[in-house]
Amino acid sequence: MTGSTAVPQHPEFLWRNPEPKPSYDVVVVGGGGHGLATAYYLAKNHGITNVAVLEKGWLAGGNMARNTTIIRSNYLWDESSAIYEHSLKLWEGLEEDLGYPILFSQRGVLNLAHSLQDVRDSVRRVNANRLNGVDAEWVDAAGVKEICPIVNISPDVRYPVLGATYQPRGGIAKHDYVAWGFARRADELGIDLIQNCAVTGLDVIGGKVVGVRTTRGDIATGKVALAAAGHSSVLASMVGLRLPIQSHPLQALVSELLEPVHPTVVMSNAVHVYVSQAHKGELVMGAGIDSFNGYGQRGAFHIIERQMSAALELFPIFARAHLLRTWAGVVDTTPDASPIVGLTPIENLYLNCGWGTGGFKATPGVGWCFAHTVAHDKPHPYNAPFALERFTSGALVDEHGAAAVAH
Amino acid sequence: MTRLTTGGLIDRTTVLSFSFDGRPYAGHPGDTLASALLANGVHRVATSVNRGRPRGIMAAGVEEASALVQLEAPFPEPMLSATTIELYEGLVARGLPGRGKLADRPDPARYDAIHAHCDVLVVGAGPAGLMAALTAARAGSRVVLVDEQPMVGGSLLGTRGELSDWTATVLAELTSTPEVLVLSRTTAFGYYDDGFVLALQKRTDHLGAAAPDNAARQRIWRLRAKQVILATGAHERPVVFADNDRPGVMLAQAGRTYLNRYGVLAGNRILVFTTNDSAYVAAVELAEAGAEVTVVDPRTDLAPFWAAECARVGIAVRPGHMVTGTTGEERVTGVHLAAYPSGGASATVHCDLLLVSGGWNPTVHLFSQARGKLEYDAELGAFLPVAGLPGAGVVGVRVTGAAAGTVSLAGCLAGGAAEAVAALRDLGVAAQPVAPPPVGTDRVERAGLVLWTVPVEISLDGSDLSDTRFVDLQRDATVGDVLRAAGAGLRSVEHVKRYTTIGTAHDQGKTSGLIASGIMADALGVDMAALGTTTYRPPYASVSFAALAGRDRGAIFDPVRVTAIHSWHIEHGAQFEDVGQWKRPLCYPRRTAFGGLEDLPAAVARETRAARTGVAMLDASTLGKINVQGVDAGEFLDRIYTNIISTLKPGFVRYAVMCGMDGMILDDGTVMRVSDTEFVLTTTTGNAAKVLDWLEEFAQTEWPDLRVHLTSVTEQWATIPVVGPLSRQVIAAVAPALDVSNEAFGFMTWRSAEIAGIEARICRISFSGELAYEVNVPSWYGIAVWQAVFDAGQPYGITPYGTETMHVLRAEKGYPIIGQDTDGTVTPQDLGMSWVVSKKKLDFVGKRSFSRAENLRPDRKHLVGLLPVDRSVLLAEGAQVIADPDVSQLPVVMLGHVTSSYRSVALGGTFGLALVRSGRDRIGERLFAWQDGEVVPVMVTGPVLYDEEGARRDG
Repeated sequence: MTGSTAVPQHPEFLWRNPEPKPSYDVVVVGGGGHGLATAYYLAKNHGITNVAVLEKGWLAGGNMARNTTIIRSNYLWDESSAIYEHSLKLWEGLEEDLGYPILFSQRGVLNLAHSLQDVRDSVRRVNANRLNGVDAEWVDAAGVKEICPIVNISPDVRYPVLGATYQPRGGIAKHDYVAWGFARRADELGIDLIQNCAVTGLDVIGGKVVGVRTTRGDIATGKVALAAAGHSSVLASMVGLRLPIQSHPLQALVSELLEPVHPTVVMSNAVHVYVSQAHKGELVMGAGIDSFNGYGQRGAFHIIERQMSAALELFPIFARAHLLRTWAGVVDTTPDASPIVGLTPIENLYLNCGWGTGGFKATPGVGWCFAHTVAHDKPHPYNAPFALERFTSGALVDEHGAAAVAH
Repeated sequence: MTRLTTGGLIDRTTVLSFSFDGRPYAGHPGDTLASALLANGVHRVATSVNRGRPRGIMAAGVEEASALVQLEAPFPEPMLSATTIELYEGLVARGLPGRGKLADRPDPARYDAIHAHCDVLVVGAGPAGLMAALTAARAGSRVVLVDEQPMVGGSLLGTRGELSDWTATVLAELTSTPEVLVLSRTTAFGYYDDGFVLALQKRTDHLGAAAPDNAARQRIWRLRAKQVILATGAHERPVVFADNDRPGVMLAQAGRTYLNRYGVLAGNRILVFTTNDSAYVAAVELAEAGAEVTVVDPRTDLAPFWAAECARVGIAVRPGHMVTGTTGEERVTGVHLAAYPSGGASATVHCDLLLVSGGWNPTVHLFSQARGKLEYDAELGAFLPVAGLPGAGVVGVRVTGAAAGTVSLAGCLAGGAAEAVAALRDLGVAAQPVAPPPVGTDRVERAGLVLWTVPVEISLDGSDLSDTRFVDLQRDATVGDVLRAAGAGLRSVEHVKRYTTIGTAHDQGKTSGLIASGIMADALGVDMAALGTTTYRPPYASVSFAALAGRDRGAIFDPVRVTAIHSWHIEHGAQFEDVGQWKRPLCYPRRTAFGGLEDLPAAVARETRAARTGVAMLDASTLGKINVQGVDAGEFLDRIYTNIISTLKPGFVRYAVMCGMDGMILDDGTVMRVSDTEFVLTTTTGNAAKVLDWLEEFAQTEWPDLRVHLTSVTEQWATIPVVGPLSRQVIAAVAPALDVSNEAFGFMTWRSAEIAGIEARICRISFSGELAYEVNVPSWYGIAVWQAVFDAGQPYGITPYGTETMHVLRAEKGYPIIGQDTDGTVTPQDLGMSWVVSKKKLDFVGKRSFSRAENLRPDRKHLVGLLPVDRSVLLAEGAQVIADPDVSQLPVVMLGHVTSSYRSVALGGTFGLALVRSGRDRIGERLFAWQDGEVVPVMVTGPVLYDEEGARRDG
C-alpha cells in the first residue's frame, strides 16, 4: 500500500564526488540552486563543461534548503516581471528538462490586501502584470474565500481581508528535488560539483581574476561566477569590492503532516505571514526577515511568535497544528529589493546576489541568464537592468513598493 | 489483564473512561494514553504513513516515533504521541495513518505567555537536575526548574520507586523556598541567545473537558537565565532489524517504565534484545513481575552480576546472539534469532513483547541549539557535549547527568550538584554541593556494544519496498533507503536526511537520526565523528501554533490606536478606516430622507462641499508628531529635510520634505518652531514610527556630536483642523482673545490661544487649499475642545469630515500623499516641488543622489492631473497609463499609473492624479488609463486643478 503522502523517489545516482582539478574554464562559487542552475545552463546552452561548482558545505544546503519554495512572477516593474516570468516559463518545462520529479505544483498564489493602500498597490500591480503578459487578477474577499476556503474573511478581525491579487500559474516546488535535478544534470554533463570546499581567496592579476584559493587547494580559472547569496559580501570583499548588501536571517518553519486543507499559497505582507501546504501535508510557513544583520543561520523567537499570531488571524483552523521545526537562512538584501546580476569592475568576475527573500523562484531564470552573462561576458537582456552600477546611476528597480501608509 | 494489582504511580481508586478507535476503555489517573492502552492489551495504535503497516508503542516518552494519535475530544488536535497524553475522563482519540486532521471549528481555548528571570535555570528534574536545583536554591539563588512530566524524578519514575522519598523531600524544599519556581508539565523547547529559553507549560490538558474556561490551556514561558544547567537525560535507542516496527516491539526502558510507573506488564513472554547492560534491570524486574523473559545479547562476555541475577529469576540468556527479524501482524508473535555476527544457527522464539536496547543518546538538543559543540564518543556510540559553555559575565550553559554521558545514578547526583556549584561560582556565589542521598552499587558500569543495525549485507545496491528494516518508523524509511542514498553519491548526513526523509517527522529523529548516520558511516567506511549530526533546531518537542500565538489574536492581534476624540466619532456614526494601527473616520454618513444611510460618495460630496463653501472639521490627531529639542535642533533638521529649517522663526510653520539616501521622498509634514531650541514636526500617520527611527539613527550613529533630543508626542496632542471660508468666524468664536485677522495671524504662522479655557496652539496651515486653522491641544482636552469647536460652528453648519474628504480636498489642490502618490521611487522634483529642495545647503540626506544620472533624466515620471474625457467615469486607482489604446501586443509600454482618483463636487466631475513618464511635458495630451481590460481616455493636466492661484487660503 502506498499512502497519499508518498513523494517520488530520488534517482539511484545523483552525482560523483570528484577531487578538484588544478584548473577550470569557469569556477562557480556557491553550490546552491543558483550556482547549480548556472552550471547546468553553462553546459547545456553554451557548451561550457570544464566547470567546477565549489560549495563550502553540502550542495544546496544554504537558502536552497531553507526557503518556503514559493514560485510566482507577479512583480510590479517591467524589469522584474520580465526575469521572473522568464523563470516561471522555465519552471513550466523544468521537470521534463531535468528528468527529475521536482513536484512543481501550479496551485496559484494569493497576495492579500488588508488596507485601502494595499488595494491600490495590488490593483496597480495586477494591471502592470497583465500588460506585461503575466497572468494576474484582482479578487475580492469572497473571491479569496472561493480560492482558499480556510482564509478568514470576516470583517470583524483586526485587519480584514479586503481582497487579493491572484496568480494562477504561481505555486510551489520541492526545493531539494530542484537543486538535485540541476546538480545531477550538471554532473552528467561533466561538471565537477565539489563540496566541503570553501573559497578563501580570489587571485586577481592586472584587474583580471585568474584563480581561486580554497580549503581544498588552489584552482586556476578563466572565469569566476559568484553565487553565494548571503555570503556574497564576504567573497566580494576578498577583491576589495564593496557590495550594497545587508545579510539578515530569514526564518521559516514547518508543521506535522496534516490532511489537505490548504489548496493554494497565501501571502500577506500587512499581517506578515506566508503559508502553503506541501505535498506530504505539512504546513510550510515564513514571515519577514529578522531585523538585525548577521551570518548565523538562526533567528529570534519573537519573530516566530508574531508569525503564528498572524497565521491564526488568517487561518483560525491552524490553532492546534504543531510546530515541528524552525530554521533560518541568510538572505542578501539590497537597497531596492532587487537582485544584482552581471559584470563587476574586475574582469572575468561575475556577480549574482541580492535576491533577498525571493531567490528560489528565480532559480532556473537566473541560472539561464547568469550562464549567458558568464559565457558572453555580457549581460543577458533580462539581467541587464540588474547591474551593480545602478546603485551609482540611480536606475533602481525598487520593488519595496509603497512602504508608507496614507495620511 | 496486563494491569498489575499493585505498584506504580497510578490511582487505582479512580476509573477514567476513554475511547480509542471507537472502542471504550478504562484507565486511571497517572496513566498516559499509551499506558492505558497497554493496560487494556492494545498494542496496535497507528498505521504507517506510506506502507500502511500496523504500528504500536515503542517508547514511554517524548521520543516516541510510532504511536501517533489524533485527539477528537474534548477538542480535535492532530498528531500527538500517545506517550505524552495524560489520560483524562472522556478522552476520545484514534490512531493516525500518518497525517493529522485539523478541527473545522475555532479553538475555544486560551493561551498565554509569561516572562520569568532567574539566576539558574535547571532543565530536567531527574536526579541530576534535582541536585543542581537544590544546590542553587540553598545558595539563595533565584532558581527555575522545569520538567516535562507531571511529577519530578525523571528517570527515577521508571524504577521501583528508587529515591522516591528523597525526591519528595527535595520537591517539598524547593517549592517552599521563596526564590524557587518549579514548573512541571513544562517542556523547554528552545534555547536562544543569551540564556533565553522557551518552555511550553501544559496547564489544563490533563483535565480534559473539566479544564476551566478561564484558565490558559497552555503557556509559553520566556525564561531568561544567567546560568543554564541542562539535565535533560538520555533517550534509549533501538537496534534495527527486519520487521522491527511491529506493535509489541518496544524500547527496554519503556517496558520497565510501563511496569514500574504505570503497573502495566506489557507482555507475558518477553524477549529482551540488548547490546548493553542497562536493559538487564528491565529484564530482571519484568521477570520478577511474572513474565517469562529471555535475554538476547550479541556480546559473549556477560557481566557476572547480571548473569547471576538472570539465573536467580529464571531468565534464559542467549549471549552471542541477535534478533534478525520478527513475526506477527497486529502484534509481535515471535522473533528470529541468529548467532552474532555470523547470522548462522537461526531459530525462532515465541514472544508477545520484544524489548530492545541499542544504548543511549544523551539529549543534547538544547545544548546544541545553544551552539554547544558535540563530539562523537565511540565507546558510547553517541555524540556528547564537549564540556559546557561556561562563562563569567556571559550566560553559562552546562550539561550534566545522562545528558552529559554520565551512566551511573551516583554520578548523575554528584554531577548535578557540581555543575550548580560551577554555575554559581560564575555568578560570584560561593556554594557547597548538597550531599547526595545514599544509593546502592551501580551495576551498569561499562559501555555496551555499539550496533546500529544487525549485520546484513552492507551493499550500496539500493533496496526495494520489501525492506522492512525501519530506521525512521514514522517516515517508513529503511536501512535500504540509507544505503541507496550512499549509493547515489551522498556523503553528508544532511543529504541523507533529505534523500530518505529520516528525522523529518514528528519526533524529529530522536531515536532514528543517529542510527541513520551510523549505517551511513559503516557503509562508506568513514568515521562517525567526521560525519557529525544533522542540526538540532527548535522546538525540541512539538508546540501548538496557538500556544505560540498566545493572546495576540483577534482584536488585540495588533494594538488598536484611537484618538482622544474617538468616542465622539462613534456617537456620530463615523465609518472607520485602518491607517496603520489607527482607526480613523473615513466619513460620517448621515441619514437620508428615505431613512437609509448615505453611501460614501454622497457623504463625501456633502463633506467636501461644506469645506469648500462653509466650514468643516477633521480629527487629524493621528498625524505623527515629534518634539525636537536641543541647541543643534535647527542644524539637525537642516540635515534631515531637503529645505532649510534653521531659518524658521519661532511662531512660524514650514512645510518640509525628507528623503532617503537614495533621494526618494520618505515623508513630509510641517515643522513648527516653538523656540530657538524646540521644534514640533508632523509626519504622515502611517510613517510616524519609521520617521522617528530614521531620525534617531542619524542622531545616534551619524551625528552624535549634535545636541538634539527626539520625543514622540503623537499621543500627547489632539489635532483639529477647522477648514473652510467660514473657519475664521468659528475660531474667532471659540478663541475670542485671538486676533484671527489675516494681518495679525498670517498663513504659515502659529499662535497660542485659549479655546474653551484650554491653552491651544493654533496653526494657519492648510491641506485643502481653503482658509484653515489647525487647533492643537493636549489630548486630554481633545474631546472638550472638539466639542467646543463643533458647538461654536453650529451657526455656520460646521461639518465633521473623514479621511476620504481630506483626500479629495488635497487632491483637487494637487497635494500628494506620501505613500499613495509616491512609492519610494519619487523625488521632490518628480512631484514638481523643486522649490522644497534647498540649493544653498551644503548637504542633507539624499542630496548626493539628486545628481545621479537617473535623477537628471528628462523623462522621469512626474505627478500630473488626469481628467477623464468622460467626466462621469471614475478612474481606478492603480490603473496603468498608456499612450496607445491597442494592447493586443504584449508587453505594452506603460507610462505610469493612476495614484489617486475621486469624484469632485468642486470640479464638477471625476479627476485623478498620476505618475506619468515625462508627465509635465505631456500636459494637454490625450492618454489612456487601462484597468482590468477597460480603456479610459484621459487628458493630462497639471496636478493643481482647483484654485491654482491659491486665492482661497487666506479666506
